[in-house]
Amino acid sequence: MADKLKLEVITPYGELINEEVDEVYATGAEGDFGVFPGHCAFMTALRIGSLSYKKEGQMNYLFINRGYCEVLNDRVLVLVGSAERVEEIDVERAKAALARAEERLRKAQAGETDIDMARAQAALERATIRIQLATKLIPR
Amino acid sequence: MPTLRDIRKKIKAIQGTKKITSAMKMVAAAKLRKVQDNMLRYRPYATKMQQVLADLSGAVETRGDVPPILLRRPIKTVEVLVITSDKGLCGAFNTNILRAAHKEINRLKGEGLNVVLSVVGRKARDYFKRRDFALKNVWTGISGRLQYTHAQMIAQEMINAYVTEAVDEVVIIFNEFKSVIAQRVVINRLLPIGRIDATPTEQPTFIPFTYEPRAPELFAMLLPIYIEIQIYRALLESQAAEEAARMTAMDNATKNCDELIKKTTLIANKVRQASITKELMDIVGGVEALKQSEG
Repeated sequence: MADKLKLEVITPYGELINEEVDEVYATGAEGDFGVFPGHCAFMTALRIGSLSYKKEGQMNYLFINRGYCEVLNDRVLVLVGSAERVEEIDVERAKAALARAEERLRKAQAGETDIDMARAQAALERATIRIQLATKLIPR
Repeated sequence: MPTLRDIRKKIKAIQGTKKITSAMKMVAAAKLRKVQDNMLRYRPYATKMQQVLADLSGAVETRGDVPPILLRRPIKTVEVLVITSDKGLCGAFNTNILRAAHKEINRLKGEGLNVVLSVVGRKARDYFKRRDFALKNVWTGISGRLQYTHAQMIAQEMINAYVTEAVDEVVIIFNEFKSVIAQRVVINRLLPIGRIDATPTEQPTFIPFTYEPRAPELFAMLLPIYIEIQIYRALLESQAAEEAARMTAMDNATKNCDELIKKTTLIANKVRQASITKELMDIVGGVEALKQSEG
């Protein structure tokens, strides 16, 4: 059994991460999970949320979109539509997106029919998580 | 007969045009390189995801739970998704795709099917609006700043239409980038998903995976990504093909400018020679006349 995990995060824009790490945490379809070296073979869908990993005693955080995760032989393969490091999150943009999504939802509740509720809700969720991640985790 | 000045002016104008077309060619080449780079970086994601889905479909099929977007039903309504560019000046790029799309729509209608039309790109929108087609979805402004989220958005629309049984089949028509000088019109079926194409994994086939949620549900959750992947690929291909077509078109335009300049310069020289000859004759005539009057 190896004492390291190989973490690969692949997005349509290329490979974001390909590193040896100690621990990986993410939000799966049925809740949060953690992966340590020696984990059993595991497949899950990932929700919009965060993915974190520990490397050399240091925690690192990513924002991830919907996707897929597979653990096999100490290799963690993450395929997501988009991912960004917490340090790279644009808080202002996320806040603007949040305001837009809230506005759309309010209008939908007020009876406007041409608004796509599911999309507005997804946008709201993404923006909220982005802001949470960026403001809680980065010391400013 | 045009004066020498007029002709010189014309040459100047053509030279100006040539500068523009050759600059546009350069811009198209740079953009093409960027798109090709994006395609390259996209490949690992697409191939891995396809592999995962192919493996999962193998695991699921044996149990008989089939997600709705895999199910076929008798076809009454077909949705056609046509991908063009927003901008012109790219040769026959849009003409080819629109002609093929129009033909396909007529063919489907000829078979007694209802056709629903969705388009990407201003050129398709304008073409079909002019011909009084009803457009279900119009996406414009994508081609310059394509993101994966665009593909997700389009995929969501298509899947919704299919799952709610508003349409029974979805086909996509786009230009495939074959090489810098060749594009090919491709007509693919998006939905229902037939069989998932992927090269088999090199892993041993039996791995006791823990699935969360259970394999059939996981498969159903991930299947939309298969559609996203194909749409994103089509958008990328189309973009690359567009820039390649523009590059070729602008290269031809630059060459035509060269030719025109050559021809016009020839005329200019002839006119100049003619005027010099005329002046000479005048002078000689004048001298002769002087001689005669003296003598």
